[in-house]
Order: sequence, then C-alpha cells, then structure tokens
Amino acid sequence: MFQILDKNKIATLVYEMVVGAPYIAGHAKAGNFVVLRLHERGERIPLTIADVDRREGTITLLFQKIGKTTVELSLLNPGDSIKDVVGPLGHPTPIEKYGHCVLVGGGIGSATLYPILKALKDAGNKITVILGARTKELLVWEDKFGERADVTLITTDDGSSGRKGLVTEVLKEVIEREPVNIVIAVGPIRMMKAVSELTKPYGVKTIVSLNPIMVEGTGMCGACRVNIGGKTRFACADGPEFDAHEVDFKELESRLNFYKDEEGQALHLFLRKKKRNEIQRS
Amino acid sequence: MRFRDPEKRKNDFKEVSLGLTEAQAVKEANRCLQCKKPHCIAGCPVEVDIPKFIAFVKEKDYLGGLKKIREFNMLPAICGRVCPQERQCQGNCLLGKKKTPVSIGALERFVADHEATVGQAELPEILPPNGNKVAVVGSGPAGLTVAADLAKLGYDITVYEALHEPGGVLTYGIPEFRLPKKIIQREIEFVKGLGVKIILNWVVGRTQTINELLEDGFKAIFIGVGAGSPKYLGIPGENLNNVYFASEFLTRVNLMKAHKFPAYDTPVKKAKNVAVIGGGNVAMDSARTALRLGAEKVYIVYRRTEHEMPSRHEEVENAKEEGIEFLFLSNPKEIIGDDRGWVKALRCDKMVLCEPDESGRRKPACSGEEFTLEVDQAIMAIGQTSNPILVRSIDGLTLWGEGYIKVDHDGRTNVPGIFAGGDITTGAATVISAMGAGKRAARAIDDFIMGRKETSPKTPEPVLTS
Ligand SMILES: Cc1cc2nc3c(=O)[nH]c(=O)nc-3n(C[C@H](O)[C@H](O)[C@H](O)COP(=O)(O)OP(=O)(O)OC[C@H]3O[C@@H](n4cnc5c(N)ncnc54)[C@H](O)[C@@H]3O)c2cc1C
Ligand SMILES: Cc1cc2nc3c(=O)[nH]c(=O)nc-3n(C[C@H](O)[C@H](O)[C@H](O)COP(=O)(O)OP(=O)(O)OC[C@H]3O[C@@H](n4cnc5c(N)ncnc54)[C@H](O)[C@@H]3O)c2cc1C
Ligand code: SF4
Ligand code: SF4
Ligand code: FES
Repeated sequence: MFQILDKNKIATLVYEMVVGAPYIAGHAKAGNFVVLRLHERGERIPLTIADVDRREGTITLLFQKIGKTTVELSLLNPGDSIKDVVGPLGHPTPIEKYGHCVLVGGGIGSATLYPILKALKDAGNKITVILGARTKELLVWEDKFGERADVTLITTDDGSSGRKGLVTEVLKEVIEREPVNIVIAVGPIRMMKAVSELTKPYGVKTIVSLNPIMVEGTGMCGACRVNIGGKTRFACADGPEFDAHEVDFKELESRLNFYKDEEGQALHLFLRKKKRNEIQRS
Repeated sequence: MRFRDPEKRKNDFKEVSLGLTEAQAVKEANRCLQCKKPHCIAGCPVEVDIPKFIAFVKEKDYLGGLKKIREFNMLPAICGRVCPQERQCQGNCLLGKKKTPVSIGALERFVADHEATVGQAELPEILPPNGNKVAVVGSGPAGLTVAADLAKLGYDITVYEALHEPGGVLTYGIPEFRLPKKIIQREIEFVKGLGVKIILNWVVGRTQTINELLEDGFKAIFIGVGAGSPKYLGIPGENLNNVYFASEFLTRVNLMKAHKFPAYDTPVKKAKNVAVIGGGNVAMDSARTALRLGAEKVYIVYRRTEHEMPSRHEEVENAKEEGIEFLFLSNPKEIIGDDRGWVKALRCDKMVLCEPDESGRRKPACSGEEFTLEVDQAIMAIGQTSNPILVRSIDGLTLWGEGYIKVDHDGRTNVPGIFAGGDITTGAATVISAMGAGKRAARAIDDFIMGRKETSPKTPEPVLTS
C-alpha cells in the first residue's frame, strides 16, 4: 500500500498528489513514470513522476480527471492509500549540455516537462519554456516553471493569460529569433504533431513524450506499441520519448480511441453509483 | 480423465478438466508396473520419483504420495495440469509402448487436489536458518522453485516481482479454465509457508538495481524473469485497432479480470470473428479465451500442420471440441483495416510442406494461392522473446540469441554470484523445464555460498515447446 500524503487541486480538473514511495523516489529520473492501481478491481494506469523529494521519500503526481480511474483517484485524500504503485518505468530523458533548449508544454504535459527542466538546467542549459492552455484556469505549474527557466512564455487560446494564440506561433518566433538546439514537447497529440511539423523544416531536433494506453508498463504486453519511423516500438520500454519527426501520430491517435466505448461506460457507471451513494447518505 | 461438456464450458471460465475421481485414481495407479528401471522418471525435468508416489496412491495414502512428489516438485497441482506429459513422463512410460501410458499428470493433480479437501500434508524438513540471504527476481515457476529449495536448506529468501500478483505466466498467461487462480494461490501459499517472502510491485533494475541488492547483503541473486516480450510478425496492419498480441489479450483477462468488466475496471474487446495466429499453448489459450468472451467464430491460423503444433495435445483436443476451427498451412501476410483503422480481414498465403530440413522439420513454403478471412479481431500468438529491462541493466552479463542470459548447466552466469534459469535463459519453454532449471540453480547457489566445489548431478535438458 502506498500512502497519499498531500493532495491539491491546482487547475480545472487537475490535481497534484504526493505519495510515499521511497524506493521509487530514490531512483526516479526525468522522463520516468509509474504505473498505479487503486484497488483490487482497478485498472493499471501510467502517470509521470512530476517531482520527487528524496529525503522525504515521496513522489509527486499531477493528473487530469479524464476517466474512471483518474476521477476515482481525485476522490482520495491524504491518509488514504493506493494499492499498487510500480516504477520508476520508461527510459529517462537523455540529459546533456545541448545549449539552448525549448520545452513546450500543453496542459497536463507540464507533469512530464518539470523534471526535465530541472535536469537540463542542472546540466547547464539555457531554457525557454512555452506553456499553452485553452484558458488561464487550465495552466499548470506556471509559477514553478517560471522560477527555474530562463524565459517562460505563456499562451492561451482566449488570451486570458499571456499571449493569445497557440504554442506553435510562439515557438516559431523563438526559433526564428535565436538558435535552438533541441525542442522537447509534451501535451495533447494535436499539439505535439503541430510542433513536430513546425520544427522539421528548420531541422531542429525534437523529442515528444508519447502517451499510448498501457497495461503493465514493463515491455511485456505490447499494448503501448507505437510506430516510429515505420518500426514498432513499445512506449513503456523503448520510450516514452521518441524523435518527433519519426512518430506516426495518426496511428497513435487511433489507438488511443480503441476503448472509447468501454471508457465511457466505466465512467458513467462509476458516477451513477457515486451519485446514488450520495443521495442515500443525505 | 473427466471433462465438462464442451457446449457448457465454452461459455464460462470454470475449469474444463475435472480430474480423476478417487476410484479412477486408484485404478489408474494400479496399472503402473512399478518398473525396476522407471523410464518415466527420465522424462520428467525435475525427476519426480513417479513409481514411489504412485505406490502411495495404490495404498490410498494420498498425503504420503503428495509428500513424496514435493521432495522433487513444489507445484504439483499446477504441473499435473499444464505439463506436456505426452512428451515428458507419460511419453516415456513403458506401458505406452504397447497401450496407454499411466496418466501420471492426472495422478499428480489428484493427490495435490486431494490435500485441499483434507488439510495439509506434512511440511518438508526445513533446515535451521543459516543466516545467508538470497534474492530471487521474478515469481514464475523458475523463481518459486529456487526460492522453495533454498528456503528448505535454511536460506533467507526474498522474491521480487514486477507485477501486482505472483506466479509469472501461471498467473498472467495461462487462463483460469485451464489453471484456476485458487490452485496457483494455494501452491504459492505453500512456498511462503517455507518462509519465503514475496515483494510485489518491484521491478529489479528499476525500483532497485542488482548492485544495490548485493550491497544490501544478498549473497547471490537468481534471475527468473521469463521471456515476456511478445514477438511480432512484421506484416502490414499489426498496429490496427483490435489486433492484439496474445500477451496483452491474456494479461487483460487473466491478471486484470477484463472478462468481468465493468465490475473490474480493465476492458477487453469482444469480437465476433477472431483469427488467432500461431500453434502453441499461447495460441490455444487465446482462441479459447476469445470464444469464452462471446466470439461466434474463432480460427487458429497456423503455417504448418497439426503434426508440428507445439501445443499440449490435450488442449488441441479440447479446443476442437469447443468448436475452434483450425486452418493449417496458412501463413498471414497482411491484416486489412477499415477506414477507421480497425481490423476487417486477414490475408494469408496457402502453404505446402517441403522435404524435411537438417532438423528433420518439414518447412512450409508458399503454394502461390492465397485466401482472405473476414475477421474483426486478430490475436498474434507467435511467441515471446526476452524482456530487456533487467538484462540490459547488468554490466558484463553474457547473453545469447535475442537477449537471453547465457548460463551453464546449473544456471551460473558469467558474473559470479548471479544465477539465472527458466525462459530468460532458454527462450519460451515449459513450466516444468523452468522448475528444473530452478532446482539445478538452487543447488549451485548453495554450493557457491557454502564454498563447495560443483557437486550437482546432471539432470536432463529442458524440452522446448511453446
Ligand atoms: C507514459 C505516460 C505518462 C502519463 N502521464 C500522465 C500524467 O502525468 N498525468 C496525467 O493526467 N495523465 C498522464 N498520462 C495519461 C493517463 O495515463 C491517462 O489519462 C489515464 O490512463 C486515464 O485513465 P482513466 O481511467 O481516468 O480514463 P480512461 O477511461 O481510460 O480514458 C478516458 C479518456 O482518456 C483518453 N485516454 C485514455 N488513455 C489515455 C492516455 N494514456 N493518454 C491520454 N488520453 C488517454 C481516452 O481516449 C478517453 O477519451 C500518461 C500516459 C502515459 C502513457
Ligand atoms: C499463454 C501461455 C500458456 C502456456 N501454457 C503452458 C503449458 O500449458 N504448459 C507448460 O509447461 N508451459 C506453458 N507455457 C510456458 C510456461 O508458462 C513458461 O515456460 C514458464 O512460465 C516460464 O517460467 P519462468 O519462471 O521462466 O518465467 P515466467 O513465468 O515468465 O515468470 C517471470 C516473472 O518475472 C517477473 N519479472 C520480469 N522482469 C522482472 C524484473 N525486472 N523484476 C521483477 N520481476 C520481474 C515477471 O513479471 C514474471 O512474473 C505457457 C506460456 C504462456 C504465455
Ligand atoms: S512434474 Fe510434469 S513431467 Fe514431471 S511427473 Fe509431474 S506431470 Fe510429469
Ligand atoms: S514407466 Fe510407467 S509403468 Fe513404469 S513405473 Fe513409470 S509410470 Fe509406472
Ligand atoms: S504497457 Fe505493456 S508493453 Fe508497454
């Protein structure tokens, strides 16, 4: 059992949760994730290790309420526990002295980017962070990024915070203005695809972190397979980060929709049951 | 042996085979000739003293028989169910030369199941603690055997398992209708009863490295991580929706209980017409699972003939009875998708068998004809290969083939103190060959820690099947 030590709602639908897991905290590197299962009947879902405190032996998870498991997770509180947490999984992000790194985050993608920012900064890189969201309430950890990055640029679709527009517009300006050695983009598929298409003609090395559906997360089932330059790779064991210019985003998007009906059904049943319990209690 | 009615059993996940009644067991035991030179033993990778345990059954001393088996094999209820007996013990039985061999597997299962109804047989002798810690990585049959054998010798054993349940393929691969989960749980409880600790959710190489385990005072480490990574054919369409690797399909159902969705949170796609590609145990299990999830038509698509199928014979018979259709000499070349990216058909080459090659196997070759199967789901069950996570994390470990660990006859790797066995050293094989490897490694580990010269006697090489 893994104890929940802290929980905060930090944006619309987005929560931050601190979980006691000393060995995972002790071994986590930027780019790693955990797979968790809430209880005996639960599904195994992957979440990025967004931050660690080695001394306290804790990991921080950031998650967005999107379906049954994440909604159920959001209902847990400090003192409750999660049945299974396993990790750290996935290849760590290759950390080098690249020079100027641009990190592009959409929504919950910040969870993945924050440890990468810390590690790249420690390696002596100059870092520009571009965070995008539909609206101000959906921005995640912009203050934490602001504290560490050399430059932090915010964009919102509606202009409620930072620049009005898309992250790609800002990214284009940065690339045209100054040399960029690497772009790391994490967020919704459409955003990662747009970033990839933008950087390709400039020949800027671009890495994206892919989020296919996973089961066990250690390379044993093949659920998370993605098409990278025409080759099948397992995101949990070979990734989750890959060269953006090689990724088949269309296939990834299609595979993410594989269980749409079942996911809808599971969430619907869960919410109905929750409501019924609430009515009975009141 | 008694089996449930195919028409009933194909709709649920309850066990297909009902085993022997007491009267049948005694009758079967009485057929055994108690050979002076029992060939059956040579066919068993862990050398169960078959005539001795059968003698106990003759006398109706079932717990005595079980205790005898457990001297050699800690998982009799499992092996009695899943060993390819026709190629091992029973394949060697003297009676089989003229008539039907003794049903050794069924008898083994009978005595093990009998224990559940009457209470536990005596525990084997456990030597006093010797103060030495050994770590076992992976809780499949290889790891459990090493753990049990060393615990009996007084070692302090910790097994680390990546998944949230112990058992390896027994738990996440082999379906409930062939090997009920409560049978596995009972046999694992028995191993724990010897003092073995099992730590779940622990990926060695990630949660903790091998070097850290050594620093923690483990005197030796056994690696039994299996060959868990699925192989793919590399044909177009393999990433379409509703193309599963058997490993994922079976894991969803066996480990995550997806057949009980939405009571359990993990879903699995049910389909109408399913093609399962492959001819081993994994293919049979996938096909029969798809049938039980409600498929109307399930095909096994195999590129050779029935004669070459590596699966357990009994399971092929069971699958046929349940209405699975076998398409032999059929080699898939493309999975065709619809415009949404979902499977709609499987295109195959019709094959013919050529003259036998050096290995004596007749290789299939294209006949030039092809055919298309209308299916809405395809399951690839063409084999597993080594999972690189742990293996890659150990400096200087010698590997062979597709990343398997190279070991000597007794499971020693080239790195002193690190031993390995089971599928990670041989490639996908069998439960009992993994256990045999575990047994030999346990002896070698004991010799290593006690500073003895290598004393382990030779035992037969594993039989490769799946
Ligand atoms: C390596 C990795 C790291 C991840 N890190 C994080 C993280 O730090 N924070 C976070 O909130 N999420 C993260 N995700 C996504 C997260 O795993 C899914 O949101 C989660 O599995 C949804 O489970 P659910 O039961 O709540 O929703 P479900 O009912 O499973 O899904 C509901 C909806 O979400 C979509 N969906 C399902 N799985 C995913 C997925 N893997 N990615 C995106 N959409 C999905 C479905 O299409 C569906 O529309 C990560 C995914 C991967 C592979
Ligand atoms: C569907 C299916 C049906 C089969 N049917 C039969 C049959 O009928 N008869 C038969 O004899 N054989 C059968 N087999 C083959 C048999 O199950 C295997 O040969 C046997 O289980 C191998 O045992 P093992 O101990 O080497 O590994 P496994 O059983 O594969 O166990 C390895 C364990 O190690 C764990 N692990 C992996 N990496 C790590 C890590 N880094 N840290 C911690 N733990 C880790 C895994 O999670 C797993 O639990 C079947 C196989 C499959 C897949
Ligand atoms: S362990 Fe398997 S091979 Fe050995 S006697 Fe038992 S059933 Fe036969
Ligand atoms: S070979 Fe057959 S008959 Fe002879 S002892 Fe073994 S089981 Fe009995
Ligand atoms: S999640 Fe199973 S192989 Fe990646």
